[in-house]
Amino acid sequence: MSAVVLPREGLPRKSFSTWQVWGLLLLAPYALVFLVFVLYPVTYGLWLARNPESYRTLFEDPIFFTSVVNTIFFLLIAVNLKFVLALYLSGFFVHERRWIRWLSVIFIIPWAVPAIPTIFSIRFMFNPEWGVVNTLIFRLTGLDGPNWLTNPQLAMAMAMGVHIWKALPFWTLILMAGRLAIPKELYEAASVDGATAWQKFKYVTWPSIRTLYLTSTLLSLIWTLGDFNSVYLLTGGQPADKTHVLATLGIRYIRLDQLDHAMATIVVALPFVLPLVYFMMKRLSIDDQKPS
Amino acid sequence: MTSRKLLSEAKLWLVAIPVLLWTLIPIYHIFLFSISTKDSAFSGRLWPKEPTLRNFGTVFRQEHFYLHHFWNQIWNSLWIAVAAGVITLAVATCAAFAISRLRVKGGRTVMNAALFTYFIPAAFLAVPMYKAMGTYGLLNSRWSLVLAMVTIASPYAIWVLKQASDKLPWELDEAARIDGATPLQLFRLVYLPLMLPSLVAIFTYALLLTWNEYLYAFLLLSHENTIPLAVGLGHFLSSDDSPWEILMATALIYGLPPAAIYYAFRRYMVGGLTAGAVKS
Repeated sequence: MSAVVLPREGLPRKSFSTWQVWGLLLLAPYALVFLVFVLYPVTYGLWLARNPESYRTLFEDPIFFTSVVNTIFFLLIAVNLKFVLALYLSGFFVHERRWIRWLSVIFIIPWAVPAIPTIFSIRFMFNPEWGVVNTLIFRLTGLDGPNWLTNPQLAMAMAMGVHIWKALPFWTLILMAGRLAIPKELYEAASVDGATAWQKFKYVTWPSIRTLYLTSTLLSLIWTLGDFNSVYLLTGGQPADKTHVLATLGIRYIRLDQLDHAMATIVVALPFVLPLVYFMMKRLSIDDQKPS
Repeated sequence: MTSRKLLSEAKLWLVAIPVLLWTLIPIYHIFLFSISTKDSAFSGRLWPKEPTLRNFGTVFRQEHFYLHHFWNQIWNSLWIAVAAGVITLAVATCAAFAISRLRVKGGRTVMNAALFTYFIPAAFLAVPMYKAMGTYGLLNSRWSLVLAMVTIASPYAIWVLKQASDKLPWELDEAARIDGATPLQLFRLVYLPLMLPSLVAIFTYALLLTWNEYLYAFLLLSHENTIPLAVGLGHFLSSDDSPWEILMATALIYGLPPAAIYYAFRRYMVGGLTAGAVKS
């Protein structure tokens, strides 16, 4: 690894090691970033989380238990609902109409804009007292609307809605790309055979995009687990810290200066995260080994 | 036949209208608040009785308690985003060149390290990173956020640049080597010009990612002189009687530039690694 300055020779074959040295020099900045800001922090963090005592107190914290339950529901419901919707809408957006193409440009807005403005907007829309939603409900029915963000279950449902609102366009586009890769002849042949729309989906579309759908779902599972914004910016974990997920709980412990609990929260999720990360890395490596 | 066509067209609209409303209502709500006076903002009207730009004036003149540092925060946002964009671009371009064109030993290991970082949820990495930044004495320095965002943006950047770089013909490198070019000459005279479109896309990606970031910003920066606008917006939530119409005007100012840049570079922005990761 020592960066010995090699004599520059005219012959390409002899200067091979010069090229290797340059390669290492150019690789060094990222390697340094990784060592200093990923490897060292993670190793140090795991070392901090080695004390069994911090897990015992963590498990005794009722907020932790609630957050785990919330996280599981969030992952199961939000990710699956998002993908069923994305699958359906990808079928809508592949229609060849000019106005549908324009609609798809509008549809991507939630993904294109930063999280804070839109999530705050939704938060204000659903404010139980002043928000436009309950104002309209009151005006139309004379009744008070639900406490959208102060009822824990409802607030979690709203957070899932925010998450889906933001992430749906992205996954719809991914699935759309999958659908567009299916040869048209397959559909034409199916039409000739008198297949219904459902049969076309079942026998042509689904077999072609099943792998894409499942891999996307797994990737989305990891990323949804790390979705801090949808929950924190909407509810802030309130009321009474009943709407935390693991991502916001870890940050909450930091703010309370309980770093060992913050790390322990993350370590608890690792048995779930690491296999998924390993699987995704494997997939990319296989992809990478294809002849260039 | 025509009636059946009409029916299928109607079915499409039946999907289109809910999709349009679902997408646009929260956006329109921002816009509506930002042009409403305080009194009419809560009236539940679809269009304010007297639309006004006064809220924007209040923001630009920093006339509200939450906005005393507005221009400073915008400057911080811009400074941090540009710095993170430039550094990410430099780091990732060098790494991708070394891995893809120089076929450096250990390149594969570094690529795997980068992918690992990419797939780990950002909110999870935030905890150990916060601790490490404290150890390095960087907390509350804008550099902490810049370096954190470089860490988060580089993996995707390296992957995309490596993919693009792998597609360049090998004959170019061979010709350059036979002509006696040094690795740096190959890098500067052959590689960089050919990669220019991808480089622009990666710079934009890192810039937007950093400008939009909230979690790391609010974790690493809290001093009023160093916080970016994203964190400044978050401060509006510290009290119940926040001036929503002014918050929404500020949020619109904050959200418009990245949206405009996103649309300008749209064809580079979607897909990328994810498409590579999930394609069957």
